[in-house]
Amino acid sequence: MLKVIEIEHLTVEYPGVKALDDVSFSVNEGDFLGIIGPNGAGKSTLFASMLGLNTKYKGTIKFFGKDIRKSREYLKLIGYVPQKPVFEKNFPATVNDVVNMGLRKKYHEKKIDEILQQLWIHELGNRRIGELSVGQQQRVFIAKALVNNPKLLILDEPVTGIDQHSIDLFYSILKDLNSKQKITIIWSSHDLDAVNKLANHVACLNRTLFFHGESDDFFDNDELVKQYSEASMQEHMHHH
Amino acid sequence: MSLEIFSFGFMQRALISGIAIAILCSVVGLFLVLRRYSLFGDAIAHSSFGGIALGLMAGVYPLWTAYGVSLVSALIITRIKDRFNVSGDASVAVLLSSGIAVGLVIIGISGGFTVDIFSFLFGSILLVGVSDTIMILGLTGIILIVILVLYRQFLYSTFNEEQAKVSGISVEKINYLLIFMAGLTVVTSIQLVGVLLISALFVIPNVTAIMYGKGFKQTTILSMAFSIFSVVVGILVSYVFDITPAGTIVLLSTGIFVCTIGIKSVGILKT
Repeated sequence: MLKVIEIEHLTVEYPGVKALDDVSFSVNEGDFLGIIGPNGAGKSTLFASMLGLNTKYKGTIKFFGKDIRKSREYLKLIGYVPQKPVFEKNFPATVNDVVNMGLRKKYHEKKIDEILQQLWIHELGNRRIGELSVGQQQRVFIAKALVNNPKLLILDEPVTGIDQHSIDLFYSILKDLNSKQKITIIWSSHDLDAVNKLANHVACLNRTLFFHGESDDFFDNDELVKQYSEASMQEHMHHH
Repeated sequence: MSLEIFSFGFMQRALISGIAIAILCSVVGLFLVLRRYSLFGDAIAHSSFGGIALGLMAGVYPLWTAYGVSLVSALIITRIKDRFNVSGDASVAVLLSSGIAVGLVIIGISGGFTVDIFSFLFGSILLVGVSDTIMILGLTGIILIVILVLYRQFLYSTFNEEQAKVSGISVEKINYLLIFMAGLTVVTSIQLVGVLLISALFVIPNVTAIMYGKGFKQTTILSMAFSIFSVVVGILVSYVFDITPAGTIVLLSTGIFVCTIGIKSVGILKT
């Protein structure tokens, strides 16, 4: 099985805090990995390191066997959907404009139409991005991430501001992308039930990796789930 | 107003250069406005005043020294902002005042100039020569081609720097290129509206166009249209009534802005 990402002994230290401590795991082609962990567990740091936004890390990250420090070319094969799409509210860009930003080749109207249709935002093509609901915006950002046919899709799940309908739609889209289009997905989430339903692999992160394996092995093991819940609960209390 | 004025060479040059500058400022300015760099043009323009004074003192064509000084200060301001964590508006303020200060000191040392410094402060579009016009057209052409070729990179890194980086765009290079082009644009535009009113050309047509709720290309076209209208009508009206073109152009531009706000508040135009 081809390894899309291999992470070995990844350690990230911020002044006074170890954000990630000796994290190692790999993701095979076609996997749907759900990364769970409480707030502050280092998920964003992990993503930032994988995406070349944080280069101050120890250890190695390989993409299809190549060290990502050597070249930024690998980014062209990754689609990334951020947790909070940050942009000027009145930015003069339509949905079509935003999706087109992701398109590395020449403007391809049919391609963009196709993806918008697939994500149920076809009728929004000429609306300004700032006018849409958060759930719709998220789908636009997925469309932007998909427009170059990426091998790997990395998604940081938005926590707030999305209605249930959009969440359901979002999940069914992810499922299709993985099962029908064979796109490898790494997805961070707070929603254990959803991870249980969608992902075939689970990684539990809380600065260190304390579980990585098939999702059935995780969810069938009450002890692990309890441990995870307690850890995230503690973290939760710690934050308040 | 008779059509005769269009037959004057100086008027033809003024209109052609004016339209080119209007287009240039709209396009470059839109990226600056969207990056919350609205006053950046002002800062470069003020620092180029120092460059103009330097050129006048050294007996060099003042716009050449202005190009040099403004490009250097544009790079310095970006460096300071990135490296030393000084906020954008503060570094703009530093550059803006020091540029004028340098100019004043140099003028003082040289015991004042015989050349009319006012033409640089407020523009002198009706005095634009043939070589100036060619220079303006050439520069406009080059910058527009660069923006067209790198359109996606400019737009994406303006929209969201982090995501642009993740998609493999060299955001830092794009930022420097934009700053560099802004520097060139500002000095070129000094001939039209002068040092003091340049940010009006960068900002007002774009802020107005953004309010119409359209996509990026249509917003750019609207902004160009507002800008060209203000410049052409401004030059003609100021000539006929013998008033300053720079002031007239900026006031017309402000007029369109106010009308747009008016239309919006009445509710004809949705947000």
